[in-house]
Amino acid sequence: MNDSKIPAWVSIIVLPLINILFAFAFSAIIFLAVDVNPIEAAQTMINGAFGYQEGIGYTFYYATNFIFTGLAVAVAFSAGLFNIGGEGQAYIGGLGVGLVCLGLDHTLPFWALLPITMFASMAFGALWALIPAYLQAYRGSHIVITTIMFNFIASSLMVYLMVNVLNQKGQMAPVSRVFEDSAGLPGFHTIAGWFGYCFAESPMNLSFLIALLCCVLVWLLLWRTRWGYAIRAMGSSPSAAEYGGINRKRLIIIVMLISGALSGLLSLNEVQGYAQQLKLGFVAGYGFTGIAVCLIGRNHPFGIVLASILFGILYQGGAELSFDFPNIDREMIQVVQALVVLFSGALSLMLVKPTERLFVYLDEKKKSNNTSAAEA
Amino acid sequence: MSQPHNQENIALELCGIDKKFGAVHANCNIDLKVPAGTIHGIIGENGAGKSTLMNIIYGFYVADAGDIKISGTVRKLTSSKEAISYGIGMVHQHFMLVDNFSVLENVILGAEEGGLLEPSLRKARKELERLAKEYQLNVPLDALIEDLPVGLQQRVEILKALYRGAKILILDEPTGVLTPQETDHLFKIFDALRNQGVTILLITHKLREILAATDNVSVMRQGEMVAHRKTADTDKEELAELMVGRKVRLKVEKTEADSQQELLSTSNLTYTDELGVDRLKNVSISIKAGEVVGIAGVSGNGQSELMSALAGLIKPNSGQINIGDTCIDARHPSSAAQVRDLGVGHIPEDRLVMGLIKSFSAEESAILGYQNSATYNGVLLNKPKVINQECARLMEEWDVRPRDPKLRSSLFSGGNQQKLIIAREVDKDPNILLIGQPTRGVDIGAIELIHKRIIELRDQGKGILLVSVELDEIMALSDRIIVMFDGNIVGEVSAQQANEKILGMMMANIMPDELQSNTVTTSGEQL
Repeated sequence: MNDSKIPAWVSIIVLPLINILFAFAFSAIIFLAVDVNPIEAAQTMINGAFGYQEGIGYTFYYATNFIFTGLAVAVAFSAGLFNIGGEGQAYIGGLGVGLVCLGLDHTLPFWALLPITMFASMAFGALWALIPAYLQAYRGSHIVITTIMFNFIASSLMVYLMVNVLNQKGQMAPVSRVFEDSAGLPGFHTIAGWFGYCFAESPMNLSFLIALLCCVLVWLLLWRTRWGYAIRAMGSSPSAAEYGGINRKRLIIIVMLISGALSGLLSLNEVQGYAQQLKLGFVAGYGFTGIAVCLIGRNHPFGIVLASILFGILYQGGAELSFDFPNIDREMIQVVQALVVLFSGALSLMLVKPTERLFVYLDEKKKSNNTSAAEA
Repeated sequence: MSQPHNQENIALELCGIDKKFGAVHANCNIDLKVPAGTIHGIIGENGAGKSTLMNIIYGFYVADAGDIKISGTVRKLTSSKEAISYGIGMVHQHFMLVDNFSVLENVILGAEEGGLLEPSLRKARKELERLAKEYQLNVPLDALIEDLPVGLQQRVEILKALYRGAKILILDEPTGVLTPQETDHLFKIFDALRNQGVTILLITHKLREILAATDNVSVMRQGEMVAHRKTADTDKEELAELMVGRKVRLKVEKTEADSQQELLSTSNLTYTDELGVDRLKNVSISIKAGEVVGIAGVSGNGQSELMSALAGLIKPNSGQINIGDTCIDARHPSSAAQVRDLGVGHIPEDRLVMGLIKSFSAEESAILGYQNSATYNGVLLNKPKVINQECARLMEEWDVRPRDPKLRSSLFSGGNQQKLIIAREVDKDPNILLIGQPTRGVDIGAIELIHKRIIELRDQGKGILLVSVELDEIMALSDRIIVMFDGNIVGEVSAQQANEKILGMMMANIMPDELQSNTVTTSGEQL
């Protein structure tokens, strides 16, 4: 009998918050161990993430990446597929964006270029997911293994291309030329300017809005269409899905194409938005972090937005923190991130029982109070 | 409530046992006295609280209130280990045996003495030989479990309990997997155990078995113990009424079948599974409009595979399936969706594995298999309102409770889940209906309704194929009964000819004398 004894709002809102607080409490202990006042550190972090407009911009710029990769993991996971290949799919998606920009930035205006780069990022990302999907559907190779292997292949392929093909003539650096200014995604400060608002310059750009749009589309896909029905049916009960006439093999392919396309969109933010050139290693672990984001966001687009912002805070606030405190370096920040993942992901069920007991206790206390009041 | 009073010799006594799971009051103030050396039946519908009560006695759950007295002494049972130490043994519905261990190894598993196995095995062998003699429980001690038929596997479970010194033996639905003959044998073992002073608690939902095997019977309904009876003083009708809380008609009324037009047929259908086991061997059947064809057999003899093949879920290796004008064979396989389009409804044997999706809401489960239908979909988005209204309508027509389309499918009781699935399939007005275990784990009230509706469908001219492990059900509903054994069709009997004995023998692949003359199909190996 697994009937939950706690109201829904507790398990959706309170429990994740408690989990994150636990993670922060443990981080505080670590900070104390390296002679950093945890309260000051927290202030620095919050301030770094939200204290000024550029910081806010950075927080949301990071969040954009996490939304894309988080959604990619969520769509695949709804179908019971564990796509670990977001890293490689985003990387190859970036190749698509880069090639389009390098080829067309002189000839096409931005609004004509954007649909093409969007399509290219999605198509390249989707194609990179297609081979593992095919191997899973028709050859039974496990998708976790193949997608991980494809991350390495993507990485090697990009090193080859950046060093031998796409780099600039006569230069050692493995970077492409910078795109024409007109090709880059407008920054948030520019967009705010169109509407007459003033916002400090930051890497946050149009792709954040595209990410939010993707959240809505993914929600619609999963919960309001027959294809989403099939995806969730396969994820919840493969045998029932088969009974329901759902073609498992075809669906694996479709789901992985969608997932790969969402990963690929990340490169819109990184390549066309932020760097405006192709570089080595621009995905920088965002693909893997997407798994944690999806886990904490409970596989739901809205949760993924919240989790993405949380990770945006950790990245941006963390950068600020390592800047301000000499005792805290980049690795320490990763420890904090790891603790958040550990408590909200791996140990997310640890606190369910105690919270449940607390609520049953409070409930009974309320009842006994009521009855004693009634007797009196 | 009259109970046998035998103060000095009560093996097990429960006083005011109470257990809640959240809002569910699973056991409510249960009192029970079981005299030593008797067979005590506990009967009740699914969800009446029988299993919870037994798990409390066996130490899996701790009761919120109440006492358990074993031979007159109050005992606190917090683990099954403690329960075993007080002489309580349990035989679960699903056997807890290691398939590739020998009988002997299985018996001592968890009761080994010391690090070396040899002395324990030697001691156990001696002890088991004694037990076998005493209780007439003969089992080949060195055989592997996987080589034994289920009836013998069950004996191993009983031996396991006795070896651990069980004086009170709890058996949870022990006959679900047995043929009628094996069941009779089990009851003989019960007699032998009783004569040696073992107390038996038999949990079942089959009225017939309670009447055949027990001395006393207690009836549970909705978590309460509603009646205690001496078995000799009661009958089927009274027990059914006590279980359900109202009068129940146990007999299905139907007229003679009048079948002409053939709707579905198979010829020499063969299927070999991934492990290379031949599950179907040259199966040829035919279903005509307006008849119910029942398939009897001990579970695992090819019935499930036949259903799956007909429903398009597995691809036959050879042979043909003809549905209307469409022919399906190894070269022209068909999918579940295509078969559905041919007007075949399928109520799967296992509703939780196939029939619905536990984590989906009822309204979502109510469109499974028809999720692409134009009724429920616009161009891109589906129509939540229509889906909701359709589900509400089905719930109303089939009395699915609670009438809440948004409620998660897993939160409905077995009977209500089943009604929802049947409603979904029947509502699409299929010509042919494949029905697997329509009333497994379903309460008596719902069984009544489901049976009535199946006969109504037959009378409307549908062809129905019914697979069930409940012989009573097969005999009550079918016009013709086909018996399967080891992937073969052993034979066919008409509803008039069929009785428990004939079917039981055929299920064990023995051709009864009565049928020798008019055999329809016989399997290769006859005993």
